[in-house]
Amino acid sequence: MIELTSVCRTYGPLRAVDGVDLKIRKGELFGLIGRNGAGKSTLFQLMLGLIAADAGQVRIDGVPVNGPGFRAVKRTLGYLPENVVLYDNLSGIETMQFFARLKGVGASDCDRLLDQVGLGHASGRKVREYSKGMKQRLGFAQALLGNPRLLFLDEPTNGLDPEGIREFYQILKAHQQEGTTIVITSHILAEIQQRVDRLAIIRSGKIQAVGSVQALRGEMNLPLTIEVVSRDDDTSELEAAMRRLPIGELTVLGRHVEAQCPRDAKMSVLAALSSMSDRIADLQIQEPSLEDVFLGYTGGRA
Amino acid sequence: MNISQIRAIAGKEFHDRIRSRWVLSVTLVFAAFTLAILYFGAAAQGAVGYQGIQPLIASLVSLTIYLLPLIALILGFDTLVGERERGTLNLLLSYPINRVELLLGKYLGLALALTCATLAGFGAGGIVILVRAPAFDWYQYAGFVISAVLLGWVFLSLAVSASAFCSSRASASGVAIAIWFFFVLVYDLLLLGALVLTGGAALGSMFPILLMLNPADVFRILNIFGPEDLHTMFGLLSVFPAQFAEPLFLGPVMLAWIVAPLGFAAWRFNR
Repeated sequence: MIELTSVCRTYGPLRAVDGVDLKIRKGELFGLIGRNGAGKSTLFQLMLGLIAADAGQVRIDGVPVNGPGFRAVKRTLGYLPENVVLYDNLSGIETMQFFARLKGVGASDCDRLLDQVGLGHASGRKVREYSKGMKQRLGFAQALLGNPRLLFLDEPTNGLDPEGIREFYQILKAHQQEGTTIVITSHILAEIQQRVDRLAIIRSGKIQAVGSVQALRGEMNLPLTIEVVSRDDDTSELEAAMRRLPIGELTVLGRHVEAQCPRDAKMSVLAALSSMSDRIADLQIQEPSLEDVFLGYTGGRA
Repeated sequence: MNISQIRAIAGKEFHDRIRSRWVLSVTLVFAAFTLAILYFGAAAQGAVGYQGIQPLIASLVSLTIYLLPLIALILGFDTLVGERERGTLNLLLSYPINRVELLLGKYLGLALALTCATLAGFGAGGIVILVRAPAFDWYQYAGFVISAVLLGWVFLSLAVSASAFCSSRASASGVAIAIWFFFVLVYDLLLLGALVLTGGAALGSMFPILLMLNPADVFRILNIFGPEDLHTMFGLLSVFPAQFAEPLFLGPVMLAWIVAPLGFAAWRFNR
């Protein structure tokens, strides 16, 4: 388990992390989201013991990250930094072998991991010849060395194509099923909203909210989006009927009519719409996206 | 302190220098200069070929004192700051390695590369001496090569220290050049100026200590005492008391010059 207690970190006048209390449970896939400069990477560095907290304490499995026992914990964690930079003069396999030596892991894992991230065919090529996506895959492979119990992944899908992103989350899921705790940041909220167990929203170095996506949606009480598709090209009658319902302003695009519906009015609105079924070809109800939740908590600012 | 971590970092640094042909290039430079001095060093006096160990070492010392510190400083100035600037430092430190182990590993790997280049480069001259000269000459020459290796380690240590204290590669390179200027070009001039200004009276007893504060001078002293006729060829150094001009005394001084900057670098890098 990762536990942060009243953690603060300042850079001159800037409070990059400001009194953060957070518990990340063993085996969960935990997301950290926030705008650029919100304090995500500083929080990562604090959790990895790369920088010291000005106040408060960070513990992993009960071991303080700035204490002598943390070296043993480091053997069990993997880290992929944002915009990972590796050694251009080494080949993929040499990179893996170098980091394997540092971790005290046998070199036999290196080929397997390169194959797993789809770099088996390029293991002998120099990193300087790799594309951005290939470098990201290699960075991910080094994070997986030694079968870590804890994975810290900072914007891990940067530069990956859709297939790469799918493969990445498949590998991640397999590791999570083996009990690995995973902490991940991503600016592509739609990508992580279906995958994380819980997440924390950070703004100006402070945790604004922690919970599952569903719980945060509920807490914010954000309206649902109702989208109705008219049977006719002329939507005026449907619009007039919908304007009488307790919903927000209508947005019309061709046959599609969309409106925000308060959660507590959902059933009455659905009942009213079902009575107009002769004019409606299709109907969809959408939960607010993680982006809506995020904007709700951050007020549209970092 | 975990030796295997230090060895992993040192191994990478060393192999990087082998692979980039840095070791080969520096070896060729040293070998070319050594062989040129060995054969043509006395050409101005109308002679070519090996003319004895003392003039050879005197010429090589003058060359080495300019070249080797510069090479060592260039080799080491971006050791730590380069990792920080490229963005690889945090990744390295997320592994089970602490900052002192990282620093030592980097220093040892670079020192090994520099040592290989120095030994192989000057070794070319050593082979000629082994074939053409008496055993005593070879012994003297081996002493010169060992002192050159120590000089390289000292300036590499200073470069690593500059790398730990500076926040960018650009500033670290500036500091490295300033170190070279100060120790190789300026220090002796300042000392000589002070000596002349004070008429030698104020600095008399301090003088040997002041010379110890410049590793380039320590290297010079290590190589000129013994052969009496060289004593007068090195100006300032001729006033150095002979009882201190022993490898058993000067060797530890050079080691102190290696350890002290590394200690400062470790302290700064750990903050």
